[in-house]
Amino acid sequence: MDAIRVEGLGRRFGEVVALDELSLRVAPGEIFGLVGPDGAGKTTTMRLLTGILNPTGGDAWVDGLHIVREADALKDRIGYMAQRFGLYPDLTVQENMDFYGDLYGVPRKGRESEMERLLAFSNLTPFRRRRAGNLSGGMKQKLGLACALIHTPKVLFLDEPTNGVDPVSRRDFWRILYQLQKEGVTIFVSTAYLDEAERCNRVALLHKGKLLALDTVEGVKGLLKGTLLELRSDRPREAARLLREARVGSVALFGDRVHILVAEGEAGQASIEATLKGSGMEVLGLKVIEPDLEDVFTSAIPREDA
Amino acid sequence: MNVVTLKDLERRFGDFVAVKGVSLEVAKGEIFGFLGPNGAGKSTTIRMLCGLLEPSGGSGTVAGFDIRTQREAIKQNIGYMSQKFSLYEDLTVEENIDFYSGIYRIPGAKKAERKAWVLEMAHLQAQRRTRTGQLPGGWKQRLSLGCALLHEPPVLFLDEPTSGVDPMSRRDFWDLIHQLAGGGVTVFVTTHYMEEAEYCDRLGLIYRGELVALGTPTEMKEHRMTEQVLSLSCDRAHDALTVVAALPGVRDAVLFGRDIHLMTADAERIVPILRDAMEQAGFEVRALERITPSLEDVFVSLIEGKDREEGAQREFKG
Amino acid sequence: MKFHHEDTKNTKEPRRKAFLSFAFLRVLVSWWWNSPFLNRFRAIARKEFIHVLRDPRALGVSIALPLVLLLIFGYALTLDVDRVPLVVWDQSVTPQSRELEARFQHSRYFSLVRQARGYGEVEEALDRREAMLALVIPQDFGRRVGADRNTQVQVLADGSDANSATLAMGYAEAIVRTYSQEILVARVRRQTGREPVPALELRPRAWFNTEMESKRYIVPGLIAVIMMLITALLTSLTVAREWETGTMEQLISTPIRGPELILGKLVPYFVVGMVDMLLSVLAGRFLFDVPLIGSLWLLFGVSAIYLVGALALGVLISSLAKSQLLASQLAFTMTFLPAFLLSGFMFEISNMPRALQLVTYLVPARYFVAFLRGLYLKGAGLAIFWPECLLLTLFAMAMLALAVLTFKKRLA
Repeated sequence: MDAIRVEGLGRRFGEVVALDELSLRVAPGEIFGLVGPDGAGKTTTMRLLTGILNPTGGDAWVDGLHIVREADALKDRIGYMAQRFGLYPDLTVQENMDFYGDLYGVPRKGRESEMERLLAFSNLTPFRRRRAGNLSGGMKQKLGLACALIHTPKVLFLDEPTNGVDPVSRRDFWRILYQLQKEGVTIFVSTAYLDEAERCNRVALLHKGKLLALDTVEGVKGLLKGTLLELRSDRPREAARLLREARVGSVALFGDRVHILVAEGEAGQASIEATLKGSGMEVLGLKVIEPDLEDVFTSAIPREDA
Repeated sequence: MNVVTLKDLERRFGDFVAVKGVSLEVAKGEIFGFLGPNGAGKSTTIRMLCGLLEPSGGSGTVAGFDIRTQREAIKQNIGYMSQKFSLYEDLTVEENIDFYSGIYRIPGAKKAERKAWVLEMAHLQAQRRTRTGQLPGGWKQRLSLGCALLHEPPVLFLDEPTSGVDPMSRRDFWDLIHQLAGGGVTVFVTTHYMEEAEYCDRLGLIYRGELVALGTPTEMKEHRMTEQVLSLSCDRAHDALTVVAALPGVRDAVLFGRDIHLMTADAERIVPILRDAMEQAGFEVRALERITPSLEDVFVSLIEGKDREEGAQREFKG
Repeated sequence: MKFHHEDTKNTKEPRRKAFLSFAFLRVLVSWWWNSPFLNRFRAIARKEFIHVLRDPRALGVSIALPLVLLLIFGYALTLDVDRVPLVVWDQSVTPQSRELEARFQHSRYFSLVRQARGYGEVEEALDRREAMLALVIPQDFGRRVGADRNTQVQVLADGSDANSATLAMGYAEAIVRTYSQEILVARVRRQTGREPVPALELRPRAWFNTEMESKRYIVPGLIAVIMMLITALLTSLTVAREWETGTMEQLISTPIRGPELILGKLVPYFVVGMVDMLLSVLAGRFLFDVPLIGSLWLLFGVSAIYLVGALALGVLISSLAKSQLLASQLAFTMTFLPAFLLSGFMFEISNMPRALQLVTYLVPARYFVAFLRGLYLKGAGLAIFWPECLLLTLFAMAMLALAVLTFKKRLA
């Protein structure tokens, strides 16, 4: 049985289509990434799958339970961490966890050991008497996660959990997610950061409510047509301008490097070198590089303001 | 010519040293990325640069003005924009521009010229009478940028300018920033998103109030990292992780998608050891290769290195 | 042992049954006590208590505000007109005119501020608001009274404060009437040599508020109005705050149910509200010297019902508004204005236009004002005010039901 099965799920808000006929399946124990920029429909999808928003079309089942008809039963089996964590700043770490423990009906006896485990797991043990409002961003995020895990859910929904969190805390956070995966929890996580999406087992790229791609990270990268070249130059801005004018491919300027997506590797390389040398510029380095999800994304979606 | 110079900049809050001994220089027309985790001293430094906070020690200039004595002059010579830049959604594009012209006290004669410049730069000529709230995200962002540049500041501060924006709009935005920099505007970016950091000419990493590393993104990836990164692809990665992490010479091992990324001081030495260990434990190695570290790898490694160093010092002292 | 047991089996049977039914009850109670409903209800109530206690400023305001309002309105609205400043223009200057003047002076309702010597001065005194009332005694007053002829005195009032002016005119009229009657009696006695017997004698005596002090009437009504406002304001923020800060999204993703959330949220504010009520009653007793004639238990019992209704109304507003600003504004306009204007507290309901009178039936404060006044002034209890109490109970139940039903475990 799929941990999550989504069929033609859609949601409109008046005229606006927030999510357009999404279909996907997530296997138990998978870390599945829902990837897209702000306004892509990630949060809407999360809210639909956690049974707090009704769809305007389609169906979905989470752990075998229908998200509308069996929403109440569903809520016992899932953990959800909303974008704003749902913590009460005037309650302490311990009080926040107790509160959610009570709501989920986790017996007070025997809860203590689970709580200890979660606190240790998220490095929050020394802070259990601290008010949640006084925690750093990374700690709040871990506390939010601990609260969503207090009832040992089978499926965990995380809506942009690492938004506003620094790289070190982000890495810690992912360590915890992999640990959960090892324990058999299915994780459905959304992110606007494509570099973060590379940590997921499978990803769905979402843009303006539509599914652009659904595959493993490698599979999605395979969708990029053409070869990606990285040019190093002492005058990257000028090089980028020249290459754009010469229309050798799609050009993106990154600080000291220029990325050029060309239809064919060798021919592209040759024409880049010719263009630059023709203008008297030196090529410090030109090599084929592995595309990242951002490259795929930019080549897959149309410009909003072309 | 350097537009931003900082020398031994320091700021204390009581006993707490938020920024200590930061020295750096940013040249005219450079895009400088200032990175660091929350609470590392990033925003304290920016506040001192913008003339909002007085340093407790050291010196610095921004656009030729002293950050201790000419703080008002600095405020008039910088532009500031963040993702949360305050555009009024119920005002039209033009009304927003007019409002900020008023705030920056652009002389009447120049107003029309600057407005035309902003509209052209942001490609918003056709939308001048559109309510700002109705514009797509990427357009709003260009309008914010335009408003921050109305008074032609020689230095522009950007705070996480493109977080959450779709990659296409982000690329367009950074193209615009590169154009501005090409025209001589110095850009100082603060962020903790590596995706934004990749677009900068040069980067500085601040951690615990100290500047830990300084260099171009390529230099950072190629030279600043003391460890090398290996990517291991094998079956049952979760179980393999425990085996890999326990090997001597492996400094850190993390899951990354279906693969394991491991940090080591000497990749060549560890590869055969790793293969043996995997074979003995019954894992099938599908691929094992050295990869270019990502900026995130570099920064996490630098920060953890710093932590280890300080931990060692503490132990030594204790 | 076994024998013993069998032996006593019959005698112990009833006790065993009693024990069993007790055990059954205990199981039932413990099942109920540990039911998911109560668990989650308690979790919400506990959390709300923490919110209340950890925000000393808000707690301080919610305790102090009713007292402040009670003091401000209590003193401002006291309707008694006392020591009305009076200007007199006595053109007659005779023993008769002095007698009339003296009667005004000796009344506690008037105080003479000026003797005028011309119409201009009278006008000036009224214009400058030195005096509220002017007594103008005509030149021929003494002569005409002495000659047993009909005569007139003029009373001018500053009508800008119509209420006080009307009351002051009433007092003035009473003084003049008494004086006139005495003159008449003296005249008859003089002419007939007999003591006259008046045809009719009005002997007014106020019941229930023997001193006719308006504060005894105002304060109980004021308590009703203030409690309505405070309690609805207290809860109007609670649900809206959770929507605003995003915690509601998290909450509705848990197995929590509407009634648990709504009831749990009411508990701490109910306690705060009852403390407010107690303080208001104490303030009424000791600051305003308004004694409670009726039963204290009944007072708090019915107040509790009223509070539940008002608190539930606040929660209802809060879950509909979803923003703290809107919720508090709505709570203010929906509770304070009707309670103040349409409850019979400020304006007599029977004097209102018919349509408005019908509207007042929808204002719960109307019933509470009536009940509190009855209880305070007359000591009247349920025997008389059961319809009001019944309606208050219905209001509380309706509000609770609406608050629970309108709370949706869904976004949008």
